[in-house]
Amino acid sequence: MERNAGTIRRLLTIITESVLETALTRDLEKLGAQGFTIVDARGKGRRGVREGGWEASGNIRVDVVCAEETARKIAAHVQQHYYDDYAMIVLLGDVEVLRPEKF
Amino acid sequence: MDPILLFFLFGLAAGLLRAELRLPSAIYDFVSMLLLLSIGLKGGVELANQPFLSVLPDVLVAILMGIALPLMIYPVLRHVGRFKRPDAASIAAHYGSVSVGTFAVAVAWLATREIDYEAHLPLLLVVLEMPAILVGIVLARGLRAKMDWRSIGHEVFLGKGVVLLIGGLLIGWIAGPEGVAPIGPLFFDLFKGILAVFLLEMGLIAAAQASSLKRYGVFLLPFGTLVPVVFAGIGTGLGLLMGMSPGGTMLFAVLAASASYIAVPAAMRISVPQANPTLSLTASLGITFPFNVLVGIPLYWKFAEWAHGAG
Repeated sequence: MERNAGTIRRLLTIITESVLETALTRDLEKLGAQGFTIVDARGKGRRGVREGGWEASGNIRVDVVCAEETARKIAAHVQQHYYDDYAMIVLLGDVEVLRPEKF
Repeated sequence: MDPILLFFLFGLAAGLLRAELRLPSAIYDFVSMLLLLSIGLKGGVELANQPFLSVLPDVLVAILMGIALPLMIYPVLRHVGRFKRPDAASIAAHYGSVSVGTFAVAVAWLATREIDYEAHLPLLLVVLEMPAILVGIVLARGLRAKMDWRSIGHEVFLGKGVVLLIGGLLIGWIAGPEGVAPIGPLFFDLFKGILAVFLLEMGLIAAAQASSLKRYGVFLLPFGTLVPVVFAGIGTGLGLLMGMSPGGTMLFAVLAASASYIAVPAAMRISVPQANPTLSLTASLGITFPFNVLVGIPLYWKFAEWAHGAG
């Protein structure tokens, strides 16, 4: 079978407090993300252990696949609005997608 | 000792020993949802039997208390505790609001002893969730600050606790005692079992605060045990003023004494992000919740008995 040549897009991953989910998804849509995937997460970082057992200790991981420009915009936005007061990390990487028009 | 309290102590011990015990968060969500719905349903069924307007004065008293309590302790937190403004405001909001878990334990305590209480206390529980959140936000930001009232309103009125309690109240109210009877086995008969599982998880959560307790306990330990007793005294006085029975007076004292850990932490995290959530959760979950459940509830019953001259 012939393999489709993929197009490169950016994968932006945000790991942060569950409490931010509503605000963050609103921001993502406003900044031009076509879609995103959210999973519940737990772990440990500079702000301590996040066990995820109940409301206040839960984390989420948000994955967004988008164009370079959108990814930069989102990264700058969350850095400015949430980095000071919330547990949050943002990762950026390249991924190959098969249907570039979706992202 | 009541077995549900033994479940709490079991959770506490398992947590402190770092046992490999972890309830899936979906179970915690489900159990706390059932508790909120049960309390709402029970209140709604009882409320159906009395004219609605007769409870309005008590609702007003509850709102005023919800505003007054955080204002009373804010200066203490600022000047004695030497907390930063957002931290003091957030802790004050936690203590002005209520804990559904504590209320549920108190309801179970009364049920075991076959003591009656007024039907509208669950309604007062809902009402008391809210004012302290607003007071906390205003204390943290000042009255003139530009605020996003839409998202604050969302936090205050559409949080999980408030929505489930009001939903339960309305369903109970509309369906009435006979309508609710078929679902009674889940919501009423299993209440204590569900509460036991909930308290096991609460024990684990409270134990998780132990390390921050070591760090901040010097002020928070006396604060988290004295404030509920003083607030319970105020609640007892107001319960008497509203003409409540000893059971109702005790529950109102429990409402005054308890500190929130569902509605307020979420609202404060969004509306006062500068506040350190570790401080308020250490106080409300690590100190005040165990204190109220283990020591407070029988003590507040004594208050109610004294107040009614029966003790």
